[in-house]
Amino acid sequence: MNTPAAIELDLEKIRKQFPVLHQQVNGKPLVYLDNAATNQKPKRVIDALTRYYEHDNSNIHRGIHTLAERATKAYEETRHAMQRFINAKHVEEIIFTRGVTESINLVSSSYGRAFVKAGDEIIISGMEHHSNIVPWQLICEEKGAIIKVIPVSEVGELDLDAYQKLLSGKTKVVAVNHASNSLGSINPIKEIIDLAHQVGAVVLIDGAQSSAHLPIDVQALDCDFYCISSHKMYGPTGTGILYGKKELLEKMPPYMGGGEMIKDVTFEKTTYNDLPYKFEAGTPNIADVVALNEAILFINELGKENIANHEAELLSYAAKKLSSIPSVRLIGTAREKVSVQSFVIDGIHHFDIGQMLDTRGIAVRTGHHCTQPLMERYGIEGTVRASFSVYNTKEEIDLLAEGVERIVKFLK
Amino acid sequence: MSIPQTQDAIIDEFSLLDGDMEMTVFYIMELGQKLPDIKESDRTEDNIVKGCQSKVWMMARLENDKIYFEADSNTAITKGLVSLLIRIFNGQSPDVILNADLYFMKKIGMERFIGTQRSNGFAAMIKQMKFYALAFKTQKEIAS
Repeated sequence: MNTPAAIELDLEKIRKQFPVLHQQVNGKPLVYLDNAATNQKPKRVIDALTRYYEHDNSNIHRGIHTLAERATKAYEETRHAMQRFINAKHVEEIIFTRGVTESINLVSSSYGRAFVKAGDEIIISGMEHHSNIVPWQLICEEKGAIIKVIPVSEVGELDLDAYQKLLSGKTKVVAVNHASNSLGSINPIKEIIDLAHQVGAVVLIDGAQSSAHLPIDVQALDCDFYCISSHKMYGPTGTGILYGKKELLEKMPPYMGGGEMIKDVTFEKTTYNDLPYKFEAGTPNIADVVALNEAILFINELGKENIANHEAELLSYAAKKLSSIPSVRLIGTAREKVSVQSFVIDGIHHFDIGQMLDTRGIAVRTGHHCTQPLMERYGIEGTVRASFSVYNTKEEIDLLAEGVERIVKFLK
Repeated sequence: MSIPQTQDAIIDEFSLLDGDMEMTVFYIMELGQKLPDIKESDRTEDNIVKGCQSKVWMMARLENDKIYFEADSNTAITKGLVSLLIRIFNGQSPDVILNADLYFMKKIGMERFIGTQRSNGFAAMIKQMKFYALAFKTQKEIAS
């Protein structure tokens, strides 16, 4: 990946590339601070979708006509781009899925069914999204395996001492996120992976919140599985990837049956296709995969480091601004964070804050963010979460703080 | 006041806000603040209105064939919304409540400023109030 040298980003130029940002909501200019849920798409991604349907639409693979050839080439180009994006060793280690949720379910079902037995243990963390909890519960229920949870500290960091104590010969899988969607905490995944490998467990990393913000090198990390959603990294919804080490993916049984994933079918016996197609049954989400390539190019051209620097500046500015408002309590103050800031105001419900901010054209997320166990850890029902992307500005954070201040003044 | 009269009064009050979203939401929260809190001991699972994203607790009693509601919510906006319904229905008979046609929501453009999810929750509150009316009516019929 070619990362341009650290530069000051031209925000005005960047914002121009995002058509959705230039609109009024409730009579006010839109301030979009819900990027951890999904971020907005640059024009080049939207154009790629249109271009695909206007010029190249065809079903991929097996076709011998020109359009099928073009569509296949474009689809496979994204696979190569994704390989470079996360520095995977082999291109067939990139499997297209609907996103992180499907990627995790694929591993928990396929790997879990083949390799998890009664009495085995699966370790997750206390700050996982429901999508990295429930699939493991399903396989544990089926197999009689047990879930163990790494505790979360008050500031929102994983307790690595406790983690080491949880690890044993019974541990089969460790599944944690690279960065928390509710708190923003960046987890020390390299250490987590190395420790798990010492007891022979495989490690799955949920990269939903990291792909647009952090450098990812799956070979250096030595993780066994890494999951990414396209729509959280400026790409279209409904697609993403599962990275898996080739030797593991080869050992795993298929997840879904259908076209594309087979070599030969008879009523007596079916043989399966090679990687990655073994795990890509049916016609995939071709157009969105093709457009995802543009999102990767967008990130690469700006440089992840430059994006991260800008977002870090926004995050510290937001934390300072919000915490100076009376009664506002920040949730998630880990030392290492991606650009997510959750907060609560004691005595004011997060839904009310979200609704009030919406009347000012400010989009934030409110609720438990699909991390109910984590909310319970903090003794709260939910938070208001502001999350920042490369196109956000300090002026937008000022507007957020102004809105929050007004609500506090009114309701307190 | 009859149910249509109260609704017309509400429509008039909201029209003064001139469609300003922020003012409208502040106004609804203000209405909620004026509604007395229910006792902590009444905030029970049984009193929760099902189908609301926020928590809404509702109780009703019959006095001289008129129903009186009490309600509370953990969110200020929802409390304001339920206060509107209480204002409309309190002191009405079960039959009148059961047959009431509520049109003020459409007139004040409620869905625009509370969104689809809250609109569904609002419908659940109305349903709950009509259930209470039906229960009181049935009780009376059985007793007679």
